[in-house]
Amino acid sequence: MRVPPGVTPKDFSDAIEQWQEALGHEWVFTSDEDVDLYRDSYSPFWHEDIEPVPSSAVAPADVEQVVAAVKIANTYKIPLWTISTGKNLGYGGSAPLLGGSVVLDLKRMDRILEVNDKNHYALVEPGVSYFDLYRYIQDQGLKVWIDVPDPGWGSLIGNALDRGGGYTPLRDHFDAHCGMEVVLADGEIVRTGMGALPGSHTWQQYRYGFGPYVDGMFSQGNFGVVTKMGFWLLPEPEGFKSGTVAVRRHDDLVPLVETLNYLMNSNLVQGTTTIGSPLLASGAVRSATGGGAALVATPGGPSVEELEEIGRDQNLPYWNCQMNFYGPPKVVEAEWECAKEKYSKISGATFVEGPTYQLPYDPKDVDKLPKRQFGIPSLTIFGLMGRSEGHMWFSPIIPMTGEAVFEAQRVFGQAYHDMGVPAINQIFVFPSSFFPRSFVILCGFPIYHDVEKNRRSREVFRGLVKAAAEHGWGEYRTHTAFMDTVSDVYSFNNHALRHFHETIKDAVDPNGILSPGRCGVWPKGLRKAHA
Amino acid sequence: MRSGFLASLAFALATQPGAASPHPPQQQGERIASSWTTTTISGEGQSRGYVEYQKYCSACHGEGVGRPGTIALQAKYKDALPALLDKRTDLTPQLIKMYVRNGITVMPNFRKTEISDPELDRIVAYLTRNNRP
Ligand SMILES: Cc1cc2nc3c(=O)[nH]c(=O)nc-3n(C[C@H](O)[C@H](O)[C@H](O)COP(=O)(O)OP(=O)(O)OC[C@H]3O[C@@H](n4cnc5c(N)ncnc54)[C@H](O)[C@@H]3O)c2cc1C
Ligand code: HEC
Repeated sequence: MRVPPGVTPKDFSDAIEQWQEALGHEWVFTSDEDVDLYRDSYSPFWHEDIEPVPSSAVAPADVEQVVAAVKIANTYKIPLWTISTGKNLGYGGSAPLLGGSVVLDLKRMDRILEVNDKNHYALVEPGVSYFDLYRYIQDQGLKVWIDVPDPGWGSLIGNALDRGGGYTPLRDHFDAHCGMEVVLADGEIVRTGMGALPGSHTWQQYRYGFGPYVDGMFSQGNFGVVTKMGFWLLPEPEGFKSGTVAVRRHDDLVPLVETLNYLMNSNLVQGTTTIGSPLLASGAVRSATGGGAALVATPGGPSVEELEEIGRDQNLPYWNCQMNFYGPPKVVEAEWECAKEKYSKISGATFVEGPTYQLPYDPKDVDKLPKRQFGIPSLTIFGLMGRSEGHMWFSPIIPMTGEAVFEAQRVFGQAYHDMGVPAINQIFVFPSSFFPRSFVILCGFPIYHDVEKNRRSREVFRGLVKAAAEHGWGEYRTHTAFMDTVSDVYSFNNHALRHFHETIKDAVDPNGILSPGRCGVWPKGLRKAHA
Repeated sequence: MRSGFLASLAFALATQPGAASPHPPQQQGERIASSWTTTTISGEGQSRGYVEYQKYCSACHGEGVGRPGTIALQAKYKDALPALLDKRTDLTPQLIKMYVRNGITVMPNFRKTEISDPELDRIVAYLTRNNRP
């Protein structure tokens, strides 16, 4: 049996016995065969000793069992790593950051506590997946939509706590939450916002309650175990429309994004938009760049003038952007007209009108609908990733301007070039507005069962984190393998924010048992080793 | 009964316009049967293994557009073997369990809190039902 770091075998076996008593033998996993199922399926450490492997896993069925499990861990100072559905693939899967931690697996807590389609919210437990909530709403005929990330099997709570994103107007998942129940390291149960007021009926309607607003601390944090969370839902829209604007010249991106900001921040265009480039993604450009899509500007690659020339020859716009509109059909038509009017100020702008959907849709048609824009969960994305053993994402936030996109293309192109990454291996996804008022760009790193290749990927990843930080850009979220690296660049005033996090950590979790190291926050006892 | 409870909850919500909730949302709710499907699998007249296969595997290995498992196996075997797992007759129980518990390329492995051993046994029985002895 593997033993957590800093814990004696005797203490650990006592703790195991107590967990078995509290949760039932069946729900305490200790054999290598069972515990290995918690390793990261997309681990960048395959076949390396440094892969963080858990020592065991415990799976409580309700809040009382969570309290019991946490208290036992606190007594013996055993590190726990909490997961909800544990499908954080690309960012660490179900594996802990600190090897030897015990995974606290909340998948069995899968009750949908309430869905309200008059005030439009849901209250769920951590094990409830997007598929589960969607099916429940369909089965009950409720008039609300959920928002889904690409993989539908994740947890509303797990995803929101890692600050994930989706595609509809409620795509910022942490921002869409309202009210939490949290178990602290000493086993105390806390309810946030209006949940702190016994008998309140507005836990899922008014976020803040009274006094300091603490919910944010539990996102990308390690200050508690979240056991319930409320989410705002979208009233089922009466219609949906999409439309695409395309512009011809490289520099047209600047007014394109400026107009997009105006439209999105005025709520005339809703949901995630992504900047695309029919030109840069074309076969003609690929052959001119030796297989790379020229999404990043590799030094020595084709110049902007040469690319514009190819665009003119092949009749390919340099940039485009698909926009989505949600609401009654006459409203979405008017919003589309308004968007076209604004973009028409860019000379040569062209438009492709998408269909206008009358809603509600017939559930039999789901395969024909734009699923993610409609909040319909699926696993389709796993077919679009190419053949590898998984992947991880480098995902910095950049300003939502055309100039920043150009700079990112140049900076990451140069960084890849300096690190000797050939164009064909540069996976650079265009800027998307997954979160309001900023762009996220995604650089994909395939994982292989090949130690050398993965080592190299990790090195390049760290290089990109640094290159980004030098230009004022930082990750919105990262794989457990890079949490220290990313935390290091958020260093204003000599890491004052991290020191503040550590002060809180020491106060609320003095034994350092909850998810040590998550997002760079280490408990006192482990801080030096990871400095 | 589960369906009765959920139906009455929905009824309560539907008949109280504007009401915050029928009860303070403290500890109501019942365990839902988790699955990676957009519809509830009725599975009438079918084996439990069939139902569990639909619940956990069909989002990727089923028929229809955008099923990554089916697409990948089509590319892997061309026409030598069916792309749909449940049309295969060559998969052994050991092999199926190995893939489900170890994963393969982008298909991750599944934990026992997601798919229990008895569930996996029934999925295996369903997938090997037409194997020649
Ligand atoms: C192909 C592909 C596409 C993807 N697309 C998207 C996308 O569109 N949008 C997106 O957001 N993500 C995406 N992801 C990343 C990831 O798969 C999802 O974010 C997924 O929802 C996260 O896993 P989960 O929901 O099971 O959360 P978990 O794995 O359960 O939780 C995530 C983390 O949150 C913390 N945590 C979880 N539960 C608790 C709790 N109860 N208390 C305290 N801390 C907790 C833990 O640190 C945990 O590691 C994608 C991944 C892949 C492989
Ligand atoms: C996220 C999507 C996904 C899910 C869910 C999934 N699979 Fe897969 N599966 C795949 C993909 C993709 C492959 C092909 C891997 C490759 O490229 O070789 C695969 C391959 C397999 C294979 C190997 C077949 C062969 O001949 O190579 C088996 C067996 C299998 N899956 C069984 C299952 C079972 C049983 C389930 C349900 C418990 C399941 N899978 C769920 C995506 C999935």
